[in-house]
Amino acid sequence: MATLSHYLLLSALLFSLGLTAVLIRRNAILVLVGIELMLNAANLNFIAFWRHSPNPGDLSGYMFVLFSIAVAAAEAAVGLALIIAVYRHFRTTDIQKISKLKG
Amino acid sequence: MTFSFAIIAFITLIGAVGALAFRQIVHSVLCLAITFTGVAMLYLQLGAQFLGFAQFLVYIGAVTILILFAVLLTKNTGPTISGQVYSASWVSGVGVGVSVFVCLAWAILRTPQLDRLAAEETNSTVKAIGLSLMSDYVIPLEVIALLLTAAMVGAIVIAMNETSTQTTMQGANHEKGLK
Repeated sequence: MATLSHYLLLSALLFSLGLTAVLIRRNAILVLVGIELMLNAANLNFIAFWRHSPNPGDLSGYMFVLFSIAVAAAEAAVGLALIIAVYRHFRTTDIQKISKLKG
Repeated sequence: MTFSFAIIAFITLIGAVGALAFRQIVHSVLCLAITFTGVAMLYLQLGAQFLGFAQFLVYIGAVTILILFAVLLTKNTGPTISGQVYSASWVSGVGVGVSVFVCLAWAILRTPQLDRLAAEETNSTVKAIGLSLMSDYVIPLEVIALLLTAAMVGAIVIAMNETSTQTTMQGANHEKGLK
């Protein structure tokens, strides 16, 4: 049987992979992908703690993840719209080349 | 550690590594879908059925497709030159990622209270969730509805053509004059 620490370790690994993706990728879309990975790791932590809590009738952790998924969807929509707007302006999504505030 | 947990964890992590490492953006995004599937299966294994299917619908059905559309709308220059897809300082990036994982794993492994099994029963039927959403969490629900509307309008305004925004501002008469 998988214990709580197994889920937490998996979630920590997922978070680290997302953080690495944010740090090493040059494409802005893949930076957003890394942020989504980190959000999923946090959600997994919430659900694991909710399931292993001594009071499972309390739905706080569950509700937090439900709202977090909605916020993540809004964040992805706005983030991709920003990337497309930046792409129209600079003709690139390489975040190392997008370095001017007023181009 | 059960066998099913090991398989699901393996799928999730393989997808995450693929999303991190593939040189083609489209391959990375498809690997992201695999990771989302793995996380949805973990939710199902943890007894959160509604959330698992919400994860399937929202993440795999909507977010991945949205990211794929963004990939299609931006010019994919492709990994022609070696090393161009990764940042020049990727070694330190990987170092930061590894050290974050080591810190988290150290904290998790030295906490003995975390080594416990799940509760026998949970109260996560759709009925209980719906009642909870309509009683205790009704204000967050309304706020999230407002946020989603604002995000949709904001995404449309941001991604609108710069020229079409200008013509909308200048008005119809001026547009006729330009023609």
